[in-house]
Amino acid sequence: MTVIEARGLRKAFGSTIALDGVDLRVAEGRILGLIGPNGAGKTTALNAILGLIPYQGELKVLGRDPWTERDQLMRDACFIADVAVLPRWMRVSQALDYVAGVHPRFDRAKAEGFLARTDIKRASKIRELSKGMVTQLHLALVMAIDAKLLVLDEPTLGLDILYRKQFYDSLLNDYYDRSRTIVVTTHQVEDVQHVLTDLMFINRGRIVLNCSMEEFESRYLEVSVHPEQVAAARALKPIHERQMLGRSILLFDLMMLDHGDRHQLAALGDVRTPSIADLFVAVLENKPGSQTAQGAQGAAR
Amino acid sequence: MSTQSNSMPESFDSQKIAPAAMSATRPLYWSVRRELWEYRSIYIAPLAAAIVFLFGFFISMVSLRHRMHGAWPLDSAQGRDVFATRYELAAALIMGTALIVGIFYSLDALYGERRDRSILFWKSLPVSDLITVLSKLAIPIVILPLLSFAITIATQFVMLLLGSIILLGSGVNIATLWTEASFVHVSLVLLYHLLTVHGLWYAPLYGWLLLVSGWAPRAPFLWAFLPPFVICGVEKIAFNTAHFLTLLQYRLLGPEDAMAPHSAPSDFMASLIPTHFFNTPGLWTGLALAAVFLAAAVRLRRYQGPI
Repeated sequence: MTVIEARGLRKAFGSTIALDGVDLRVAEGRILGLIGPNGAGKTTALNAILGLIPYQGELKVLGRDPWTERDQLMRDACFIADVAVLPRWMRVSQALDYVAGVHPRFDRAKAEGFLARTDIKRASKIRELSKGMVTQLHLALVMAIDAKLLVLDEPTLGLDILYRKQFYDSLLNDYYDRSRTIVVTTHQVEDVQHVLTDLMFINRGRIVLNCSMEEFESRYLEVSVHPEQVAAARALKPIHERQMLGRSILLFDLMMLDHGDRHQLAALGDVRTPSIADLFVAVLENKPGSQTAQGAQGAAR
Repeated sequence: MSTQSNSMPESFDSQKIAPAAMSATRPLYWSVRRELWEYRSIYIAPLAAAIVFLFGFFISMVSLRHRMHGAWPLDSAQGRDVFATRYELAAALIMGTALIVGIFYSLDALYGERRDRSILFWKSLPVSDLITVLSKLAIPIVILPLLSFAITIATQFVMLLLGSIILLGSGVNIATLWTEASFVHVSLVLLYHLLTVHGLWYAPLYGWLLLVSGWAPRAPFLWAFLPPFVICGVEKIAFNTAHFLTLLQYRLLGPEDAMAPHSAPSDFMASLIPTHFFNTPGLWTGLALAAVFLAAAVRLRRYQGPI
């Protein structure tokens, strides 16, 4: 089943084009990471998917038009827009009461269960909670909703590493069940590398890379090249090169190499799967705005 | 799909409500409750006004009792008058407080949620913009009138109790205070006035305030009150007329017969028959205008995000 389907999705704010013809298809049960620099159009894309802004082009989320059917869509989809959107005047107990009151698919006992594992008191006002606790509360509310699609826009912004780790751990262990779909944007890509099933890079309103994590792992290789092999390695046209601790780290797209060359790589140095962050830098520095990461010429500067 | 309320904890009374009705009334009910949680001044301010008034009433009664020791023991008619004017004063004070609360509430209702970004949380729940705006309009035109009515009645009851205790043994026939008190009269006229004037006649005013609060990029108070002011001024300079001002005055003061509680308590039953009020064309144009403002506010909320 397709959860999100977009064709030629466009959105402009005045003369700024935030989304420039995005085609997108997210199947059920995927955890998609939408990665991009500031102003790339991530939040705009999510807002369009959630029915928060009007757009041009075709978009169906769970079979509905999000702009005209937001309230019905929100029975099956939910989102954490940012860390700081829970109303600060509200008490924790009121938040539970309210969501239980308006959401037909909210399981209050489940939310109480999640909260029992935290230090959050029912009588506290949200303004009295720390940033991490507010996120825990929001996650507890959202995870207790039996939704088909969960959208997270920078959910862990400004949180320390412990809260961040805990956030994704509970998401995977207590929420995700392979029939639910999660779309997440974040700048802390290292946190989600082992969470995602799919990866999408977006830059200047366009999708520049779209692959599953299996593809990512089998297609890209990073080689920490022995100093004497650098010239030979560069001849194989890496898509990116950087220096670290005096060694050249070269990133290769295996689709651009022929069979023989692939076997050569191991001889050139230490081979490993690159981090999403490194591939992201490589893709963005090479061809901003292009559709794929292929054919990167003049990779290393 | 249709687990609906099955997953709800037992304690929720709404399980009895049919699912179809639930989908419409439940979000509305909880949205109104939410407003009362957020804007506690809706009930605290009229309550505080009532308490302050009761304190003043207490002092006035005690001083009345002291003066009575000297010269003139009140007869029961005088005693009634003493109460009647004070009842009206109590009603006016609480009503005025509710009016001010209503104005400030309406101006913040759709602005506050954008300013503190919580609109993103509200929009993440299956509550339509229509329900949200309706619940916010219900506060000044339904909840506040009913609330100020209840508080006024309670205040008047406490006044009667307090007055009776203080005046006990002063020669005033306490029993007539209770039996003849224009209590029922005044309260019925008051309820009528609150529901018609504050509920229906003022609806376009609250609709306007809500619309401005949903639209204003900042300073909704200024945006709500400056344009009418400017229109009056421009009209005066350009055409040397004051139609807009007259219109505003008519709207603020209401049709004569609806501003009833002080006038002619003797024929109050007649004034309760609402045909006269409902025949006023101003009421219907006002309600139509309120509907336009409401529709615009609903549509606007769809487009609005945090500011």
